[in-house]
Order: sequence, then C-alpha cells, then structure tokens
Amino acid sequence: MGYVAVKGGANAINNSVLMYKNRRLVDGEDIEVEKIKTNMRPLINQVMSEASFYDRDTAAFAIKQAEGNMEEAVFLMRAHRSTLPRLYYSTITDTREMFVERRVSASFKDIPGGQILGASPDFTHRLLDDALKEVADGPSQEIDYKEIPFNYDLNKLPKVIDYLEKEGLFIREPENNDEPDDITKKTIEFPSTRSQRLQGLTRGQTGAVTSLGYAEIRGYGIASHPNIGECRVGQQPVCVDFEDGYGEYFIGDYEMTEIDGFMPDLDEDQDEDMHIKIGYGLVFGQNETKAIAMSVLDYSLEHPKNGVATSDDEFVLYHIDSVESTGFISHLKLPHYVTFQSKLDRMRQGRESK
Amino acid sequence: MSQNFAFLDEHSKKEIRRQTLKAIAIPGYQVPFASRELPIARGWGTGGLQLTLSLVGQEDIVKVIDQGSDESVNAVNIRNLIQSTTGVEDTIHTSEATIIQSRHRIPEVPLKPFQILVLQVPTPEPLRSVEPSERKTKILHGDKEYSGAYIKLFEQIMRHGHITDDADYPVLVNGRYVMAPSPIPRFDNPKMNHNDGLILLGAGREKKIHAVPPYTDVASLAFEDYPFEVEDFSDKVCRESGLSGVYMDELVDEETGETYYMTNDTSYMLEKMNEEEDLHANHR
Amino acid sequence: MQITDDVVLSVRELSKQFGEGCSYCLDENGELQKNMCPKCHTVYATKDVTFDLYKGEILGVVGESGSGKSTLMKMLYFDEDKTTGQYVLPKDPKNEHNVFEVSSQRKRQIRNEQLGMVYQNPMLGLKMDFSSVTNIAEKLIASGNRNVKEMTDRADHFLEKVNIPLRRKYEAPKNFSGGMQQRVQIAKALSNYPPILLLDEVTTGLDLSVQADVLELIKEIQRDMGVSMIVVSHDLAIIRMLCDRTMVMLDGKVIEHGITDQILEDPQHEYTQQLVYSIL
Repeated sequence: MGYVAVKGGANAINNSVLMYKNRRLVDGEDIEVEKIKTNMRPLINQVMSEASFYDRDTAAFAIKQAEGNMEEAVFLMRAHRSTLPRLYYSTITDTREMFVERRVSASFKDIPGGQILGASPDFTHRLLDDALKEVADGPSQEIDYKEIPFNYDLNKLPKVIDYLEKEGLFIREPENNDEPDDITKKTIEFPSTRSQRLQGLTRGQTGAVTSLGYAEIRGYGIASHPNIGECRVGQQPVCVDFEDGYGEYFIGDYEMTEIDGFMPDLDEDQDEDMHIKIGYGLVFGQNETKAIAMSVLDYSLEHPKNGVATSDDEFVLYHIDSVESTGFISHLKLPHYVTFQSKLDRMRQGRESK
Repeated sequence: MSQNFAFLDEHSKKEIRRQTLKAIAIPGYQVPFASRELPIARGWGTGGLQLTLSLVGQEDIVKVIDQGSDESVNAVNIRNLIQSTTGVEDTIHTSEATIIQSRHRIPEVPLKPFQILVLQVPTPEPLRSVEPSERKTKILHGDKEYSGAYIKLFEQIMRHGHITDDADYPVLVNGRYVMAPSPIPRFDNPKMNHNDGLILLGAGREKKIHAVPPYTDVASLAFEDYPFEVEDFSDKVCRESGLSGVYMDELVDEETGETYYMTNDTSYMLEKMNEEEDLHANHR
Repeated sequence: MQITDDVVLSVRELSKQFGEGCSYCLDENGELQKNMCPKCHTVYATKDVTFDLYKGEILGVVGESGSGKSTLMKMLYFDEDKTTGQYVLPKDPKNEHNVFEVSSQRKRQIRNEQLGMVYQNPMLGLKMDFSSVTNIAEKLIASGNRNVKEMTDRADHFLEKVNIPLRRKYEAPKNFSGGMQQRVQIAKALSNYPPILLLDEVTTGLDLSVQADVLELIKEIQRDMGVSMIVVSHDLAIIRMLCDRTMVMLDGKVIEHGITDQILEDPQHEYTQQLVYSIL
C-alpha cells in the first residue's frame, strides 16, 4: 500500500469547531445558564415557540451554546427534541382557565373584567438606558410585585367573543372533534387540515410569520386592518391522561400568548347579516407580534384567495420554518463542484455545437 | 446529554423504516415521511442521514462521501456524527461498506448485492421546475402525466439546440414514476439501471423518501433523435493516476495556469493506483 | 342512448350546479332568479343540456354571459367536473358509455387525442414563456410522441397553416399580439389532428379585422380537415358566419336549437327574437 488517503478534512473540521467553541471564552467571561434564563425571557420565549419545545432550562442552555443566535438555538432544541420519545398528548385545555397576567382588547374601551396591561415593553421609550451599563442590585422598589399584577378576579375574565356571541355578532363555528394531526409524526400533505396549519404557524420563525402576516394585511391579501378582539398572556394549565383510571394529571403551567383577531367577513352573502370572523393565534411564551401575525395567516389560509401567496397553504407552511429555510439557504455554501462540472460540460457543448 | 444508539429514538427509526419499505415497494414513488430534525442542518444531508441512522446496526460498515470524496468536510462531519452515535466501523473502500451514504455521486465501483447506497436529496420533485404546487404534482404523478418534464427538455432543444439539464437529470423508474435521481452527474444515471444493490434516496427538508430496488429499469428521459448524453471526459486523463473513463474534477495548476483533470472518486483512484503499484512490485 | 352513425360527440342531460341546493330549489316548482336559487344561492350553471355533434359540422352555442355556455365547454374538455349527465364520443376506439366517469388518466388521453380546445383567454391555453413551437408540441408530447424532428415538422406545418411566420416560431406567445396568440392556440389545438375542436369565444376582444382573419381560418380548417367544431359565442354575427346548426342558451338551459339560418329567420323563443333583432 503505497498510496494513502489525504486526511485534511478531519483536521480542518476539528480546528474549526475548536475555534468556534472557544472564541467567546478567549474574548471574555463565561456566563451562567441561569442568568440567561432570567435575563433573556423574550429570546427564550421565541426559541421555545419556534422549536415547539417548552422548557426554559433547555432553551437557556441552547441559547448559551448558540451564543444568542436564534436560529442556532432553535436548531439545537429541535435536534434534541428528535431524541426524545413522545409518549403522551395533553388533554384539551381551555384558555378561559388561563392564569391571566396580561389581557387587552383593542376593540373595546373597556371589557368585562377590565383591561389588564401586565408587564409589556409596549410603552417603554426606546432610549438606551445608561443605568443598564451597571449591574442592578434588585428590582425597583416603586411597585409591590406581590400585590399589583394580580389584584383582579380570575373567575371574572370572560372572553371578549363570549360577549359578542350573546348578541349574535359572533357565530361559533361547529365543533370539529376530529383527532388533530401531529405534523411532527406525520408530514403535512396538501390540501392541509386546520390543525396542521395551526401547528405549522405556531412553530414558524417569528420574523417569517410576521412578514407574511404583514404582507397579507398591507395589500396582498385581505388588505385590510383586523381588530384585535383579545390578546391574553398568562399561564395555561396543561394535563395529561395516562388512562390509568385516575383521570387527568396536571403536569404544569405553560406561558402562552393567545390572540382572537377579528377579521373582515369574507363570506359574501348579501342577504345575511355581517358577523365577526376570527383568526386565531396561540404561541408558547409571551410573543404577541407573532401570535397576532399567526391569527392573520390562520384566517387567510382558511379563506384562500386565488393568486394570493399568503393565503396559499403550501406557500406559507413550506417557507416559514426556521430550521428548514436557514438549513437550505446555508447549504448553498457546501461544495457543489460535481454538479458544477456537469453544468460546465453542458455550456461547452452549446459553444461547440455553434 | 446521553443519546440513543444512532441518535434517533426507536419509535422514529421504526417509522422511517416503514416508509422506506413502502418506497422500495413502489420504485420511484416519493413517500412522505415525518422528517426529524438532526444535529446537522436541513439541506446538509438530513434525509440521507435519517435513512442511514434508521438502518444502521452494530455490524454495519459505513462509508460516507461528498462530491466523490471521503475527506470532503461535509462527509467527515456526517461520518463523525454516525460514528459518535453508533460506534460502527467505517471504511473508504466502496466494496467493504454495507451502507454507503453519498452526496452528488454514485461510486465508480459497482454496488454488490445487499449493499445499500443512500443518496442525499435536496429537491425530490422532478416536476417542481414546471409546477410549484405540491398538490398538483401529486396529481400529475398519479395520472402518470409527465409531459411537463419532457416539455422542459424540448424547450431547451428549441432554444439551445441541445438538452441543457445538467446534474439531477430526471429518470423514469420501472416504467412508471419519473424521479429526481438527486444531483448526481448524468454520468452516474446509467449506474442506477439494473443495479445489484439497493439505492435509497432521502430528502429531509422536503420530507420524502424514494427508492430504486435492485434490478429495476431506470431510464433517463430523452427523445428518439436527441438521446440522453453523459458528461464527456473521453479525451481526459487523470493527472494523478492516468485513469480515464471516470468522472473527473477540473482543476487549475497554480504555477502553470494550466487546466488539468483528476479522478473525482478519490477512494477508487487510490485503489487503482495501489493495484498498479502492486503489479509493478510483483514484476520486479 | 340513440346515436346515429355520423355523430362524433353526444351529450345527454348534462347539469352542473355550484352549491348544494335546498328544499326550495330542488323542488320542481321552485323558481330561480335567472340561474340562481334565491334561498340558498346555489347556481345552476347548466341544466339538462342534451345535443349531438355531427361529423364535419360546426355547431354554434350562443347566449349571454352567465347562460352556461362556457361552463358547458369546460365540462366537455374536462376542465370542470359535471354534476350529472352523460357524455359519449362514439368515434373513439374505446367508446365508453360515459366519459365523465372514466379515470382522470383516461380523461387526459381523450383531451390529448380526441379534442382540441381554444380558450378565450390564451393564458389558459398556452405556456406564455415557452416558445410557440414547444407550445404546439405539448399536445404531441402528452400523447406519447418522443421524436423532436417529427414534432417540429408538425409544428411548422400548423404554424404555416395559421399564418404565423416561421422565423418567429422560437418566440414565446407573450411577445405576440392577441390575434397571433389565438392563432398559436388554434395550431396547438389542431396539432394532433383531433376529430373535435372546441372554440370558446375565440375572437372576443380582438380587433374587427383580426377577428375576420381568425374566423376565415376556422372556416378553412373545417373545409380542409373536416374537423367537427363547437363554437361558443355571445355574438350572433359570428355564429351566423360559421355555424351550420345553433343552440341558444339562457340561464343554463337550451331554449332553442336548429339550423342556423332557420333560427335567424324565424326565431321562436322571445329571447332569441330579441337577439336576432338586435343584430339586424
């Protein structure tokens, strides 16, 4: 055996990985996962939602490893998710039972139970705050955190649509009790079902879902301005039934954002009265923009219009997944010299035949 | 974190194998499957890797190539993942491997019975360039309505005087389904026809598995008067090994600025060079 | 079904509705608003349409928009599914009892080999970005031809027939005028020598002089090739110029049919009378 394979590839990869993993430590100090978990809540919420994997500790861990890169963190979570057997489905949970921390309606000045602003960046002034250059000792003493956020009666927070339904302005869709499809166990086939669409949307990349929802309402789809009937954020109790005869077991609270978007009535029946139509958004964690955009796309996909990309389920669902889009785009930098050689051959063939 | 053998949980592996069996039963048909996320990126070989991971057992010997090379960075990376999650033996020799995962090439050494070639597939739908909608292409396959694929080639002849499709050149499998053979060069298309081994094709991002079972008819699409043509290397000789009649890489000599050619399948080239040397040694 | 020897296409009691229908409109006495049920808004696009097409003749279908004539054409070309009815092509070697009921694969074969279609909107009939010659070859490819020379020869033949200069055959129809696009469509529809040609408002929207050219071409094709045709138009002048026999449609129903000259000279139905007097 005189000739042996050149082993350049393996070494190059090893060094590349080592450099990548140690770069942050060469430049500065390490950080505790716990600090990420408490200091980067919106990032954690986004990562959990796009990974469709609810676990703040794993998300914080993934964010540390990804050095804060959203797509990388989601990717890490999704890959880890593939290794976990999925044994149970939760039972049906009703958002009327949500432990509400924030709840606003854009459609009414006041709503039964009241508008509850909760914690939100909505009314912060986006001015860089010099105080944050220093590490704070603890929370501001200006409000009492134990009292203020929850001085309302959780049993008296009906949903805004309940009120409209009583007046006949909203007609509840007939219940569909088909078992929902699980797009992580059986791939979507088109035409898609609503459960597949909702799952695809809630897992979608926040930026992609927002952009497509924006295009839909700005001028390429319904091209009109929906009203947010209700936005609620809070802890949603989730149960599992092991079918052991003891009924449902409570397995924990999940923070969620839910949107009932009031959409223009597209069923053009001239004789009938107009009704409120709902687009629905529900995402892990507090991520209101994504949930609103999801409600817009849920509605547009339910009412497809010819030639409108944002109401085409294939167009929307095939292109909003973070892991898929970033993976395919980034693969373009892999070596493609075999196929390029094939292309060169065709181009030269063309020149010769002329 | 501790991982299961071959990374995926057993339920997932079983599910993937079931869809693979279906793909083998319907040659050339794209079977949808619930593609799992892997520790390598979508578009980087996750379809092929899921096939390999769902099939690999402790006795298997695995070979991984990308662009015809065992040492290409992406091949090394995929091989590392397979090994670190399974501990199975690896080889660069095509004839020693039980599973060969490849991107963009079918090795020069013909497959043997019971060998499995796993090809990574970016775009499994051969009609995608003429029809963007999945539900419509599904109907076209159902009706065996493939004029779209031929019209594309016909239009190339009208515009350029010859077919311009390069790699990933469509084939008709078992007289029934038109299939994308993955971006292998046309040079490799004929190797699929009546092959001794099993060829599996996996598209992770597009969530499809298709297959060419052993001894299946695979014909590249063409017209009677515009026959299928492979890349032409007839007047090229490998500068390193003197081989000809193989797929070549085109390189430029940095010193002289001259173009030269080298055998693309590096392990094959190595084997041939060593055979040659042994022959000389015996003569001496 | 009673079919005489010279019938090439036969349709019996063909109906198409959009919507489920309700107790009101499914009842025989339920009166429709034009072709729509006032209660449930179900549209009865065609109702019990029955006719035969004879070898070598041009059958005209005239009516206003919404009369059901275009829906009828779409069903005959399988672009639209029927609700009820029977459709027979007696000259097809397979001569099925009802070609509405055959597999979609077989329907494609019938479209490719027995029928040619020219749409009002050339976007529906042509691939606007592909060269004209490829557009014409499409039907040949679809019916199994794999010989490029044979297909380009055929395309040249028909392009000449429809008066498209051969030097423009590699150009895409999107670069052509409306009249030329229609002529490419006609060439494509004829490429497989189908026994039956369906023409849906082919001259609508064209300039008058261009219209005359296209109509002349259709006449010539009938003379030279003996193709049977169904011509749909809202314009009685065109029907008068082309058609041997004519059906008049209103609100989804055939209200009058017969020899074209007879209908023009002695219209029976009130609506036909209006139509005829309006062009005099």
